[in-house]
Amino acid sequence: MSRLDRYEPIVGKSRIDELRMLAGYLKGKVIQHINSTAVGGGVAEILSKILPLMQELGVNTQWDIIKGSPDFFDVTKSIHNALHGKDAVITDKMWKIFNDVSRQNIREMNLYGDIMFIHDPQPIALIKRKSGMKKSKWIWRCHVDVSAPDRKVWDFLSNFIDQYNAAIFSSAHFSHKMKPKQVFISPSIDPFSDKNREVTQKEIDAVLNKYKIDPHQKPIVCQISRYDALKDPVGVIEAYKMVKKYVDCQLVLVGNRAADDPETDKIYGQVLEAAGGDPDIHALLVEDIPYEINVLQRVSDVIVQKSIREGFALTVSEALWKAKPVVASAVGGIPLQIKHKYGGLLCHSIEGAAFSIKQLLNAPEYARKLGENGKEHIRQNFLLTRHIREYMLLFLSLHSDSGVVTL
Amino acid sequence: MAESAKKNNEKSFRFYTRLHLRVLTGLKASNIEELLDLIKTVSGSSIYYHTHHFLQQHEQLSPEPPNDFAHWIANALNEEVLAEKIASIDTIQYHTIRALRNEIIRVIRDYIRENPRAKSRFASPDKVFHFIKSVSFILPTPYAAKDLKDFLNILKKVTTNSIYFHMFEARLRLDKETNDFSFWLGTSLKEVELAKKIMSLDPYTYTMEDLRKKLIEIVEKRVENVKA
Repeated sequence: MSRLDRYEPIVGKSRIDELRMLAGYLKGKVIQHINSTAVGGGVAEILSKILPLMQELGVNTQWDIIKGSPDFFDVTKSIHNALHGKDAVITDKMWKIFNDVSRQNIREMNLYGDIMFIHDPQPIALIKRKSGMKKSKWIWRCHVDVSAPDRKVWDFLSNFIDQYNAAIFSSAHFSHKMKPKQVFISPSIDPFSDKNREVTQKEIDAVLNKYKIDPHQKPIVCQISRYDALKDPVGVIEAYKMVKKYVDCQLVLVGNRAADDPETDKIYGQVLEAAGGDPDIHALLVEDIPYEINVLQRVSDVIVQKSIREGFALTVSEALWKAKPVVASAVGGIPLQIKHKYGGLLCHSIEGAAFSIKQLLNAPEYARKLGENGKEHIRQNFLLTRHIREYMLLFLSLHSDSGVVTL
Repeated sequence: MAESAKKNNEKSFRFYTRLHLRVLTGLKASNIEELLDLIKTVSGSSIYYHTHHFLQQHEQLSPEPPNDFAHWIANALNEEVLAEKIASIDTIQYHTIRALRNEIIRVIRDYIRENPRAKSRFASPDKVFHFIKSVSFILPTPYAAKDLKDFLNILKKVTTNSIYFHMFEARLRLDKETNDFSFWLGTSLKEVELAKKIMSLDPYTYTMEDLRKKLIEIVEKRVENVKA
């Protein structure tokens, strides 16, 4: 069975036919994706899913990586933080490193796409080659939350962004006034990835044994997020304690140790302190093993995402895809994924989260309905096939400014 | 669309489908006056997007009225009365985006005149209204109906995007008096009564899957009557 055929039972044959039709209009075009890493991180993950499907559709899609020294990636990490609005000092020396490495890539890289698809700030300066590639169109894909960026860093990047033909953002909140056409394309999940595929009973048993969790003993409330103050794991514990007074449940917090996040240990320490030795709180600091996350989501009764700030929060889509009732903060991309009281419950405070968790634990039928509606919403709007469709539509719109394109 | 309309004047009916891409305008409003000013000046594609995208985003479910303005006015500004007035605008009555836009403007303007305190309500920074516009892509499907039976069979298998295009977009955004289905049934098949029945539906009150079911039910009944 081809890769695309596997999606048919999930999204319907007609949706796959639509993709094939669109791909037909892109015959002969070469799409060249460029980012900074082949493995690790969300960009590499999504590209590794999209490329084989695009190739199967007959769209010539290639993927190349820029070269960079460790100090270059230190600078781009600081740029990334500054775009997120975090405090980050970028010195003249750091800008010089960025410019020197960019110049080397501009000089040495083999660029050949009819559509140049550049991901995130690291390779952004490659746009300098645009003038020598008259027939090519250039797209900059921003995977970062740029709703409140550091002004100096944003202004620096804007000099490059303004030369692109189009820029893609994951949320309307990330939009700024700029020269290129700005397109709103949400991220997506792959129903066949290890994080989302169906799991076997053997796999479930292995994970539950490993982490010593018994889902039959008490209902499970779970948050899956790295230990970061912005994910508010301590707030989740407070909410759990409010619920626990009325409903005997257990809390599972699952987070991995991000190599580039020095705060993990500090926040994890705060979590253990807040847990205060409660045997029903399982605060797991785990390796990032996707199928284990998958299992832990599937055995949960309510999934929480009580973030204070978010980019898109694909963990919400992942939970809903498993038809789980979700309680999540109304921040970032979460309201796009959850329609309050229809496909989950939105909250604005610890008390609000506690009330909603209690409500869902006490009304399993209501919780089931929310989960089912949520799954349907994800099927229609946040699966990989929609993502690919929108990329192809963007490619087809690059030569037109009209509101209606007849193919 | 001119092409599809021309082709669908002929005896057979070619089903087209419509896909869309969301384009960000960078324009935003944080209170009712800013919203009103921008509703007056944004492109028709933006008015169209904010009054229609719910229909395609929630094909089988209909959690909210198909109108972003009403949703935002209720949830970000807490102006429930105005939100209800905007949500209950009878979109089907308006044959052009311009007419629909004018009605939205009239309702908001009247409300502000009667309730000047509404001007002092601001959305929190994370709830600012962002104007988005919709770029539509219209492409032919492999399906063409020669008669009523064909038409019925195809209705059962095309995407809801195709039904959406012929029922909504072709009529409103492309300035047509009626929907494509009614036009073809009435003119090519001389099924005038059937055409009228479909035209008298208020498609805005159905989810896309329910609308498909309703169309199938109406056409099926007619096919059975013809047989009898």
